[in-house]
Order: sequence, then C-alpha cells, then structure tokens
Amino acid sequence: MSKTIFEHSVAGRKGVTLPRRELNTEVKDFFPSEYLRETAPRLPQVSELDVMRHYIKLSHRNHFIEKGLYPLGSCTMKYNPKSHEALVRHSCFNNIHPCQPESTLQGSLEILYELQQDLAEISGMHKVTLQPVAGAQGEFTGIKVIAAYHRAKGNHHKTKIIIPDSAHGTNPATCSLVGYDVVELKSDARGRCDMEHLKSIVDDSIAGFMLTNPNTLGLFEDQIEEIADIIHSVDGLIYMDGANLNALLGIVQPGKIGFDVMHFNLHKTFATPHGGGGPGSGPVGVVEKLAPYLPVPTIGHSEDGYFFDFGHAETSIGKVHTFHGNFAVLLRAYIYIKMLGAEGLKRVSENAVVNANYLMVLLKDHYHIQHTEHCMHEFVADSMWQKKEFGVTTLDIAKRLLDKGFHAPTVYFPLIVPEAMMIEPTETESKESLDAFAAAMIEIAQECHDNPELLHEAPLTTPVRRVDDVRAVKFLDVAFSPGE
Amino acid sequence: MPYISNTEAERRQMLERIGAESFEELISAIPKHLRLQGLLKLEAPLSELEMTRRIQERTCGNVCAQKASSFLGAGVYDHFIPAAVDSIVSRPEFFTAYTPYQAEVSQGTLQFIYEYQTMICELTGMEVANASMYDGASAAAEAILMAVRKNGLKKAILPASLHPEYVKVIKSYTEGIGVELITCKAKAGVMDIDDLTAKMDASVGSVVIQTPNFWGNIEPLADLEKVVHSNPKALLIVAADPISLAILKAPGALGADIVVGEGQALGNSMYMGGPLFGFFATKLNMARSMPGRIVGGTLDKDGKRAYALTLQAREQHIRRAKATSNICSNESLCTLAATVYLSLMGSDGLAEVATQSTQLTHYMAQKIASVPGFSLVWPNAAFFKEFVVNCPVPASQVIADLLDHGIYAGVDLGTFGQDSRQLLIAVTEKKTVAEIDDYIETLRELNYE
Repeated sequence: MSKTIFEHSVAGRKGVTLPRRELNTEVKDFFPSEYLRETAPRLPQVSELDVMRHYIKLSHRNHFIEKGLYPLGSCTMKYNPKSHEALVRHSCFNNIHPCQPESTLQGSLEILYELQQDLAEISGMHKVTLQPVAGAQGEFTGIKVIAAYHRAKGNHHKTKIIIPDSAHGTNPATCSLVGYDVVELKSDARGRCDMEHLKSIVDDSIAGFMLTNPNTLGLFEDQIEEIADIIHSVDGLIYMDGANLNALLGIVQPGKIGFDVMHFNLHKTFATPHGGGGPGSGPVGVVEKLAPYLPVPTIGHSEDGYFFDFGHAETSIGKVHTFHGNFAVLLRAYIYIKMLGAEGLKRVSENAVVNANYLMVLLKDHYHIQHTEHCMHEFVADSMWQKKEFGVTTLDIAKRLLDKGFHAPTVYFPLIVPEAMMIEPTETESKESLDAFAAAMIEIAQECHDNPELLHEAPLTTPVRRVDDVRAVKFLDVAFSPGE
Repeated sequence: MPYISNTEAERRQMLERIGAESFEELISAIPKHLRLQGLLKLEAPLSELEMTRRIQERTCGNVCAQKASSFLGAGVYDHFIPAAVDSIVSRPEFFTAYTPYQAEVSQGTLQFIYEYQTMICELTGMEVANASMYDGASAAAEAILMAVRKNGLKKAILPASLHPEYVKVIKSYTEGIGVELITCKAKAGVMDIDDLTAKMDASVGSVVIQTPNFWGNIEPLADLEKVVHSNPKALLIVAADPISLAILKAPGALGADIVVGEGQALGNSMYMGGPLFGFFATKLNMARSMPGRIVGGTLDKDGKRAYALTLQAREQHIRRAKATSNICSNESLCTLAATVYLSLMGSDGLAEVATQSTQLTHYMAQKIASVPGFSLVWPNAAFFKEFVVNCPVPASQVIADLLDHGIYAGVDLGTFGQDSRQLLIAVTEKKTVAEIDDYIETLRELNYE
C-alpha cells in the first residue's frame, strides 16, 4: 500500500526554514479577529527528506517518455529534448513579472514576436496569438473569433457549426461553450467527410465548419478545397483543429488550402513536455480578415523595440488568460523550431508518417484495420476479430500492453470505430522500438487465441492491478481524511 | 538530427517493408497542388551551443526580479520557492508523462493530484477540488458557468474590486451562453454592501467575491454572504489568495459555494505570467456539475489502494456538446509544484509566509504614507500582501524613476483602466526591511512635492 503524504506526517516536523522575523508585529494587529482562522488547515508535517522520498517513490509508479513508447493517438507523445529544459530555467525568464515595464522585457518579447512569426509561416496564416494556454482554449479562442466576425457582419442568423462524427470531444464542447449548436457530419466509406451529407446540411445558418486534418482516422481530408468552397459560399468559416499538425510540418500550410483559423497544440507538435496533462499552450492563427478579432495583446515590433500591441482592442474578442499566455511553454516551442529550422521540421513530419505506416504494416495481419490505405502520422486498428473470436476487448489488450512495458494506445476513440485503438508512434521512435512494440502487439494477438483469461486478468506486473473505476464513482473519495 | 533516431538506411528499409517507393507515395492522398513547394521560410537551424548563445543574448534584454527589487503583484507574486520543489517537478517521470488515462501506470500522477485536491480542500474549507484550471480568471469564469448549470439563472454579479483581467476573461467565457454581468460598486476599497443588497434578487444566479480583492483589501465575507444567500438559489463564488488562507478564515466556513483562485504563488515561478494555474473547489453534492478532471481513490483487483480519474461521464470525451466544460487537460505539473510546496511548508510554514508578508506589507504601507505627497487610498482597510497608494505624480513616473534605481515600484492602476495616479504595491516574505527602507529613502530623495 502506498501511503499518502498525510500519513507520513509527524507533529512538529518541518520541511523548510524561513528567515527570522525582522518585525515584531502579529497578524492580529492588522486583521479583525473575526477574519482570522481558528484552526490551521491540516497540511502534512514532514521533513524535506520525507517529501523527497515520498514523491520519488510516487514517480516510480508512472509511465513516461524516457521509460518507453507512448503510442497515444492524437496526443502525440514525442521525446522532449533536454536542452530546452536547461535553457527555460534561466533566472532571467522565470523571475520575470508580467507587469514589468516593456523596456525590461525586450528579450522575452523578442522571443514571443519571433515565435508568432514562425507559427504564422508554418501554418500559412496571416497573424497568430500566443495567449491561449491549452489546445481546448485555442479552440475556444478560434470559435470566439468566428463568432466575432459574424457579429461584426450582422450575421445573427448563423447559429450552427458543423463537426464530423470522427472529431475530438473538445470540438463540440467548445462550440456549446461559445453558444453554437452543433450539427454532426457523417464520415463516408473512405473515412472522410461525406460530401453528400455535407451538401444536405449546409445552409445560411452555418457559421463555420470545424475539421481536424489529418482526421482522427489518420487520413488526410483530401476534399478540403471542395469543402472550403461549400462553406465559404454561405459565408461560413473553416476552423482547423491543429491536434494532428505533426503530420503536416513543411508539407502543407493550412492557411493556404482553405482554412481560415486554426490552433496549435505546442505540447504535441513542438515537443513541449505534457507534464501529466499540462500546462500546455494553444496559439491560434487566422487569415487576414479575422486578425482584428484576436485576443489582445499580441506582440508588436517597431523601431523602438517590442511591445504589447493592444491596437485592435475595440474589435477583439477580449482576453482568455490573465496575462500573456504560458511563456515557459512558448519558449520551449521557440527553441524547438529554431533548432530544427525548415528542413528539420519537414523531416519531423516525414518520419512521423513513415513510422506510422511501418507500424500499420507490421500489425495489419494481426488486428483488424478498417482503412488500410497509407495513413498520415497515426492509424486506427481495432480488436473486432479478437472480441468476436475470443471475447477479448480493446481494454484487455490495452492493459496487457502495460505488462509488456508499453503505454496503451488511445482506446475507444474515434467513436465511429468499434473497439478502436488509435496508434501514433511519433517521429522520435526508432525502427527498433517500433519492431519491439509490434512484437508485443503480435504476442498479445497470440495470447488472445491461446489464453484469453490472461488478458482479462491483465495487467499483472504494474504497480497496481486493474483499477476499479466503477467503485471510484460509487464511493466518491476525492480527498484524504485522517480516519481512512 | 538528434531528435530523430532513424537513419536514411533504416528509413529506406521501412519504406521497402511498407511497399512504397518513396515518402511522397505515402502522402499521395494530399493533392500535389496543395503541398508546399520548397521549404518554409524559417531561420537556418541552430545547434544546441548556438541556441544557448541566442538565449543568453535574449535574456540580456530582460531585467529580472533578481536584478531589481520587485514590488509587483496584481495576481502574480514573487514568493520564495524551496529548491526541493523544482527537484521533484523536473523529474521526467512526472515531466514527460501524459494525462493519467491508464491508471495502472499513472499512479504517481494520480496520487499527487489526489493529495493536491485534499490540500486545496483543507485551505478553502471545501470538499472536492480539481487540478484542471488554466488560471484564476478562467476558474472564476468556469465557476459562473457551473452556477448556471446548477440553477439556470443567467445573471452574475461581479464586484468593482475584482481583478480587471478576471472580468475580461469572465466576459469572454460567459457571453456565449448569454450570461448578464452586473457590477457591484465599491466603497472604502471593498464591495458596497448596500449596492449588493439593492442588486440582489431572485434572478441573480451567482456572485463573485474576490478576497483579498484586486487592491489587496479583505472583503467582509461573512456579511456579504448573508446578502448573497438572501436568494437561496444564488451561489457564492469566492476567489481567494491561497497563501492568505493559512491565516484567514476558509471561505467554505463562511458559506462559499465555490472557491477558486490563482495558485501560482504556491511554488510556481512567475515566468512573465505563465504558466499560471487556477484552483477550483466546491461541495461534494456539486461534484457532478464541476468542470475539469477529478481523481478519486478506489481499489485495484487485489483490493489494494489505488487512484483513478473519476466522474468522467461529465467530460467532453463522453458528453461532447453536453459536457460540463471543454477542458481536457490538468495543470498537473503546476499543481505538483503546489503539492510539494505545501508539503514542505506545512500549515505552520504557510502561516509564517502569510504572517511575514503581512508584517512587511503593513510596515511598507506605514512608511510610504509618511512620504510627502503619498497617502494610502484606504487607510482603514484590512489588507493582505498588497495595497494601493495615491501618488503626487502619475504612477508611471514613479515607476520610471524608481526603475532607474533598480526598483520595480509597483503596478500602475492606470494600465488596468483605473486611476493612473494610484500605485498597487505588493510585498511578499522575500522582501527585507532594508529593501523597503531603500524604496522609501529613494522616494524621499525624488522629492515629488
């Protein structure tokens, strides 16, 4: 059993020494007694060594990039270069306050300005904001920009956004948050947007279309020009969910092929660490006619230097973050882009695509794959054969993979593929590690045949065995109490 | 290419196994005319050594809080961070892990989030918390959205004493679903209780109270709570400074329904304002309406204690357009820093941080009020860590003059659309009496009067 930090607590222990007080006043001199807390919050009383041992012990219970392959489709778990980490921790970055005068921020502002320009070039968009702090907040910002455009044009009748049935769940959730109704678009037999269905649902009430390209089946939406014509013909705008941009660097500039607005997931595409789920960063790029609606400030440059540009505050959607976005994440992406350059970024995408296709070929005789044409940087396999023949589910296979030292793929997504396993190896994995992963998957396919019971039991070697999710909901235990 | 393992020879081998002549064949689904001709127009790549030089050059363009004595606050604070925090946070086991979708190999992340949730509940006096919020402002916005989900009432009251950036972010987040935002006036540096009483009616769904507020003043929460709950359906959302909660009454004990706030002060560097992280806590019976992700304790197949993401049926990957929010991340790494920080501090340490900050703040306030031309805007207010002074000249001039002496004087309230002769000064436990005396002495020498 792993103790919580609270169970290591011993009355009187301390983890830190603070400076001696210089003044002999007390808080009761400054606050009315009814404002003051009577009982202290129960935080652990532990030494620095207690803290170190506890959290190092916890760290051993995690899977992470440097330990092994992390083939989570659409999450893009690539290697995070270490040089970035060393440079980001410079005291002249982490000790900077957001309200300092611009003259004392020139170094940081120059970096942000260059990143803005580089992201505009990579995406083929006219202007970029760095303010959104997550992919989903980027989506929110982009859809707000679409709403602001329509409001400015008096398009009050535009109340709907079209989203394919293969889309990430954040897309419909984002549209609801902005106040739009969602119209779901079917996928066709090729795994792309069903154009007949699209034509049947497009009318003047459509504000926009939100498309992931390549889509979540790992396929390029090759009808993008026709889609753009249809949507633009009713003055709708096309949003690109940039979650899968890892496949397109230096190959396709979304802003040049019909998309009007897109977000970047810097943590996916530009190798900033995921940190157990955050912080991320979700800059947004737009075509020229949408630039007036971006959040303020963006970063400007003049003869006098770099500055926070509030120039379009009147038309802007306002703000989505207290200050200027996740600088420490933006800085890592800046370093990544500068160290790779144009050729390096292109090689990233090429290798991501080669790796995914290679893995797909290794697995295609062992797992059912609905769309077997060449994929982009990820593909969707499923366990339909295994489920039908041996009663083994995708979840069983995922858990068995953990026993073999790999993280599981994204499972049960996209929703349109039953028993889906969405696999994305990323460009940083070597042929050797892909061979090893494929070997494990093939072994599991054999185990499904030989010993399905083993798969229902898996995992067997992880820090804990299969976790009871149902119990976690039924007996909601979300905070530790000493009585436990 | 150090980040790509495969050599040209291996790539050729792999293409052969795929059965493709070339890479171009793999992307044949992309119509040729849609592909970029030539290369992106980017700077030539830099080696690690060149990049290190570049960063060195860029940092020379910055003047950081270590080179200058900083009295800047307004939501981001320069508190002391013990070295053990970064030592844990920079472990790749935490740093390069993903959202804990596979619980069996993510117990490290899941357990620290559970511990973090517990600590936030302890500080705020609430029963359930999450680690998902981007910053204090968006957490406040999500709290208003949650109130609408609970009671269906689309009117929210925001005080004039609320952080102006929070107001902007709240506006962005709530206008889509048609929330009407009403401002409650301020009086003597806190919410005007008469104005609140006049505006409070059955149509109000939520009231946000920030305490300490944007100007550093403590709001009379107990009195305000009675007015808010005069409408039994209305939810009281309190935005609090987490350090202050070591010594001030927990909002939960004073009737708050949702407690949010900016968590950066807990062990996270300032980084020019990002990453920040918000905390969000509420009562157990509202857990199902919460935005973000929640970790719950449970058991594994062998009956051993284990942790998992719970109540996922609310979330965007299942509920899609009907989800409680579109958030699909955790601000895990920031909340890990907070968890380690709070463990090291303990309640005594945290109370000491709050106490020393208060002592030094009040010392500073008393001193500056004695400088000719300067006066406290609200001399009778109870303030924590931050306060506002009237300047004899525009605040921007004081800031420029003190910067010449290596001091960041404070934040010009004019830049937040407020009085440009007022300066918002923050003092944390990192300041010394000598630094404060130096600030005061410099002001006297500048002799504005």
